[in-house]
Amino acid sequence: MKNGLKITAIVILIYVHIAGLLMDVPRLAILNETVRALYFHVPMWFGMVLLYVASSYYAIRYLRTQQPDDDVRAESFAHTGTAFGLLGIFTGMLWANYTWGSPWHGDPKQNGAAIALLVYLAYFVLRGSVENREQRARLSAVYNVFAFAAMVPLIFIIPRLTSSMHPGSGGNPGFNVYDLDSRMRFVFYPAVAGWFIVGWWMATLRYRLKKIKEKLDEREFA
Amino acid sequence: MKKLRLTFLFIFLTVLAAFAQTDVEMADRLRADGKIYVIVLIILIVLAGLFIYLFLMDRKIKKLEDRLK
Repeated sequence: MKNGLKITAIVILIYVHIAGLLMDVPRLAILNETVRALYFHVPMWFGMVLLYVASSYYAIRYLRTQQPDDDVRAESFAHTGTAFGLLGIFTGMLWANYTWGSPWHGDPKQNGAAIALLVYLAYFVLRGSVENREQRARLSAVYNVFAFAAMVPLIFIIPRLTSSMHPGSGGNPGFNVYDLDSRMRFVFYPAVAGWFIVGWWMATLRYRLKKIKEKLDEREFA
Repeated sequence: MKKLRLTFLFIFLTVLAAFAQTDVEMADRLRADGKIYVIVLIILIVLAGLFIYLFLMDRKIKKLEDRLK
């Protein structure tokens, strides 16, 4: 990953944190200033989804070409994605506590996101339980594709079908109708981009560490 | 010499205290609007720390990679 990209992401995120805290936001009842959480809580989820997309991309590439490096890449992206998802859950619980009345509301999107995270946690359990490298890579690549396929309906489809308090679900309008001022997009989309690049950077760091460990292990055997 | 320095310090502090009590213009921006700018700075410091940490880790990994080559 190029240094320029890292610095771009950092500049974007500095802008996001200044503008996100200081710029005018729509004055809405109940939400009040917490509407700003859109700039900080939601990018965690968007970041997680994008990192999982990258993870399943490498999983599929592994299944096609059997390159061991792709398996390590898929694992690194899934790991960083899960970290983002956990941050999303915790920030969401805090937000829900003050706007919906309790941290866990049984909201379908909240439940779906929690289940999706559990599905991905099982991915790491699976990886940890297979000794043979090739077998682990193949099994976890297949499971990775399944996990991604499970996450999409859990987060994006089911909440839309039932009633959910999240915007864009169950008859609630999403971004483009009245509840989201178009001004907010100028902070929200950069926030998503910035955090995704930082997540990508973190995933590459993990990948490189794993490669170093691999090389050291090889040397020990040789 | 030391006495002189102490005297100057005393005068300086007295003047400072006198100014603080008057209604002159001060750098009040950080105290305006419910001190929101303070929290913006705090968050920026946390963010900067996080990124510096990532850069340092990046550099350490680079060094390890170079050693393994």
